[in-house]
Amino acid sequence: MLKLENVSITFNKGTVNEKKALDNVSLTVEDGDFITVIGSNGAGKSTLMNAVSGTYEIDKGKIFLDDKNITRLKEYQRARFIGRLFQDPLRGTAPNMTIEENLGLAYSRGKRRSLNIGIKRKDLNLFREKLSELGLGLEDRMKTPVGLLSGGQRQALTLLMATIVTPKLLLLDEHTAALDPKTAAKVMEITEKIVKENNITTLMITHNVSNALAYGNRTIVLSQGRLAFALEGEQRKNMTVEGLMKLYSDNAGDAFTDKMLLD
Amino acid sequence: MGPDKPTYKKIIRLAPKLIIVIALLLLINFTMMESVVIGTLEKGLVFSLLALGIFISFRILDIPDLSVDGTFTLGVAVSVMNAFNGSPIKGIILAVVAGAVAGCVTGILITKLNVQPILAGIITMTALYSINLTIMERPNISLYRKDTIYTMAKDIFGEDYYKLVVSAIVLLIASLLLFMFLKTQAGMSLRATGDNEYMVRASSINSDRMKILGFAIANALVSLSGAMYTQYSSAGDSNSGTGMLVVGLASIIIGEIFFTKHTILFGILSAITGAIAYRYILAFAMNLGMDSNYTKLFSAVIVAVAIALPAIKQLIGRTAKRFSKENR
Ligand SMILES: Nc1ncnc2c1ncn2[C@@H]1O[C@H](COP(=O)(O)OP(=O)(O)O)[C@@H](O)[C@H]1O
Ligand SMILES: [Mg+2]
Repeated sequence: MLKLENVSITFNKGTVNEKKALDNVSLTVEDGDFITVIGSNGAGKSTLMNAVSGTYEIDKGKIFLDDKNITRLKEYQRARFIGRLFQDPLRGTAPNMTIEENLGLAYSRGKRRSLNIGIKRKDLNLFREKLSELGLGLEDRMKTPVGLLSGGQRQALTLLMATIVTPKLLLLDEHTAALDPKTAAKVMEITEKIVKENNITTLMITHNVSNALAYGNRTIVLSQGRLAFALEGEQRKNMTVEGLMKLYSDNAGDAFTDKMLLD
Repeated sequence: MGPDKPTYKKIIRLAPKLIIVIALLLLINFTMMESVVIGTLEKGLVFSLLALGIFISFRILDIPDLSVDGTFTLGVAVSVMNAFNGSPIKGIILAVVAGAVAGCVTGILITKLNVQPILAGIITMTALYSINLTIMERPNISLYRKDTIYTMAKDIFGEDYYKLVVSAIVLLIASLLLFMFLKTQAGMSLRATGDNEYMVRASSINSDRMKILGFAIANALVSLSGAMYTQYSSAGDSNSGTGMLVVGLASIIIGEIFFTKHTILFGILSAITGAIAYRYILAFAMNLGMDSNYTKLFSAVIVAVAIALPAIKQLIGRTAKRFSKENR
């Protein structure tokens, strides 16, 4: 369970560029929840994830994961329990290292990096099996440097890396936005499969409103650093994209960008 | 990936390298005396350690480390003092430790104290300047008639090849250890830190610690190189580190002409090959009458040209285009 209590982040405090990116946000994510997050550009969605992952220190508030206060933990310390994907497929993998080396690094998540051999033989079988489940043929290219893969392949691999040791929480920040529609759909499909099979608690930012309704069990809407409203249960089940747009402009006080309308 | 290229294209692509190798071998064979050939190889092996150290910071971690000149001299200082006092082996070991400590200092400046990498290296180098002089007590120390790890091995390996064998053994051990380390979990984390720091932190790796570790290993190797060199030449000079960074970079750049693949094995082989080739090119230039005062200029030019090469190519391309337009 993830719990945010009155979390605030202000950028460039005390300058003309001062920006309150998160304003007193409180949120509880139950175990097994798959929450989709939407909101216009600059609403603070990425900042929310960066606050949870520890990339940004928060100015105010507390963050708990499974009742453990993680507010003061560093990013790499939180990464023991938190898996993460970014919009940029280049960010999640080491390009000059091979697929199996990348997986090897991910597989020792949370353990001390010792002088033991980096990739054990028995791990290779597991990697091959997991890669073949992606259905991209990567299991036959385990000695290929990741830099030679396409964006979609790299993103799928990053997804595997983020979940090969099941995390307590998975953070997805528009992780299909940089991919072409067909690849994006494929990566989304893989995402749902992995999340479902391992029952991973997930927060997914998306700029695609229909995806926001199609996946997961709750949707939260951010606006100007605040939680504008949340959708769940029957109300969410019966919600249409148009209905959500209407609800948004009534509640959030600004309009969705064109980009969101088009998707 | 696309289908494999036809063989003749591969040969054409390899041609420049083959020509360089053949030319180098011919030069070595026909222009140098055997003693020079071997002496150059010996130096190449000793300075391979320097190149390996610089390979760790500049290539694997992808962070410039300007403390190299200082840590090379640190190795010289620690090694020459111990050898002078009758413990050459202890001198080598302590030099490695001292180099690692110096590397940690640079690493901590960069990661924990947020000092720019370039400035951090300069700070360490400047501090070492005093420290090295303090260790050595005077600018020059001769090991004439003193035991070194080389002279100690003379009886075993014979009058002609003992320097070659000792240098080769130390280099072999160092590169083997380095290779094995880079395949461990810690070593892989180190490589990934230079490759993609975001990914490293997202994989629960402490990237700061990895950088410090990398700088420690890099400077341990650089210091080892200095430690070996001083016993090899039976003399220690507090200025011997000057320009070593550029020498090491030149070696790496030359090595990368031969090895383009980015694997660990090729990286290590590349640093060693480059360091040896550099010494031969230098020896050849001196053979042609180049003054030994110009060796640093020589390495500086190699590095500058190699780094400027893409820009030069572009310039030539543009000029050629303009010419063909004007002639139309
Ligand atoms: N590192 C930063 N420094 C300064 N301002 C930032 C930083 N990151 C985000 N912001 C600002 O905070 C606001 C929220 O950004 P973000 O969370 O990235 O929005 P989005 O909802 O589009 O992901 C924006 O106004 C953005 O310009
Ligand atoms: Mg964003």
